[in-house]
Amino acid sequence: MKRSLILALPLVIIGMTAVAFRLYAQESQPRMVTISAKRFEFTPNQITLKRGEAVTLRVSAEDRDHGFYQKDLKLDLDLTPDHVAEATITPEKTGRFVAICDHFCGSGHGNMKMVINVE
Amino acid sequence: MDKPFDRRKFLKVSGMSLGVGTLISVSPALAGGGAAATTLRRWFRKQNGEEVTPFNLVQLSDAHVGFQGPPNPTGTKAFERAIEIVNGLNPQPDLILFTGDLTHEAEVPGEHAKRMQLFQTLTSRLKTKKVMYVPGEHDAALDNGVLYRQFFGETHYSFDHRGVHFVALDNVSTGKPAVGAGQIAWLKSDLARYPHTAPLIVFTHRPLFDLRPDWEWFTRDGDDVLNVLAPYENVTILYGHIHRHDVHETEHAKHYASRSLIFAFPDPTLIGDKKPVPFDKEKPFRNLGLQMIAGKAGNQQQPKFGVDDVELTLREFAGTDGVQQILKPGVSL
Repeated sequence: MKRSLILALPLVIIGMTAVAFRLYAQESQPRMVTISAKRFEFTPNQITLKRGEAVTLRVSAEDRDHGFYQKDLKLDLDLTPDHVAEATITPEKTGRFVAICDHFCGSGHGNMKMVINVE
Repeated sequence: MDKPFDRRKFLKVSGMSLGVGTLISVSPALAGGGAAATTLRRWFRKQNGEEVTPFNLVQLSDAHVGFQGPPNPTGTKAFERAIEIVNGLNPQPDLILFTGDLTHEAEVPGEHAKRMQLFQTLTSRLKTKKVMYVPGEHDAALDNGVLYRQFFGETHYSFDHRGVHFVALDNVSTGKPAVGAGQIAWLKSDLARYPHTAPLIVFTHRPLFDLRPDWEWFTRDGDDVLNVLAPYENVTILYGHIHRHDVHETEHAKHYASRSLIFAFPDPTLIGDKKPVPFDKEKPFRNLGLQMIAGKAGNQQQPKFGVDDVELTLREFAGTDGVQQILKPGVSL
């Protein structure tokens, strides 16, 4: 019995370590935010991020080609209906940032935008 | 190449805001004497056969033919009025530059082509027949300029006119607010044969600098274009898109926006959201800045202006320090 425990101990330690690593890895994964684009709006049209926290934006186009552009946050994605585009950022300053569609998509294109608040 | 002349002595320029666009007068200090002027005249004659002589040009922009909506329910009335005003100019301008958004895009198949046809029908009324165009995003961004080219030809090109080199740049037809690496390489090649003192007028649709990026008032690679232009000392950039008058200066260039012929946008430094200035049926052209100013004979330093339309604000523009001084805000009454 005692010998069995001694033999099992390394396995237990390995298992616990693996679980710990997995938990750590999950915690260190950037938060995921999903955004969809269609003429002439982003959904949601406002999100809030935390300064210094990594976040991955997954942006999809529902109807046609769009763009997703925010210069200060270094966001610059080409969106096509057959592909989900991703960008991971860690905002370094707080503020209100307006992301726009920068691929002309029709008469309402000029106001296709969303707000990214960084707190 | 050595500088063959003093750019400050090359051209004297004065301009008058028309509201419907901009009348630009290029006067030749060069037509005077002096070895530098003679050298430059010979140089241009050798390059392109153009003799440097005085000329006027008019910039029109953003007619959006086909647009229907509350910001302007009068359709093409302002555009037609602009044509009447330009036709009434004496002397007539040598050429007219149209800086994009000639038409408004349409969802219905075939409708956009009809709008382009209507635009051409209207512009055929112009007495001045040398009319040069660049596309706006409403003309060319949905189909990468295919239909536009059928009606108006290439979206970027260059030409010389009386000693000034004109460059038409397309920053819309990829769908993005961008000129693109290929066109920038072409620009560099196109300009290579000119001395750095040559007067250049670049006309395009969107601003080549970050005027208000969250309103898409910028060109993504505008800095790259300006870097190509940077060695040239005498650069004027005319653009549209923002539906309001604006003057901006970068290191070697002055940028002038022309008002729209359909509706105006407000001052971007005062307003958060991009919304057209509401239509005023009592003064349908007011928000377009329809200013009709008739230039009268005067000496070069003190041009005289007469206001023919009492509705309007007189704004005088005059410059005498090279072609990049095309418009210099002066007196507002």
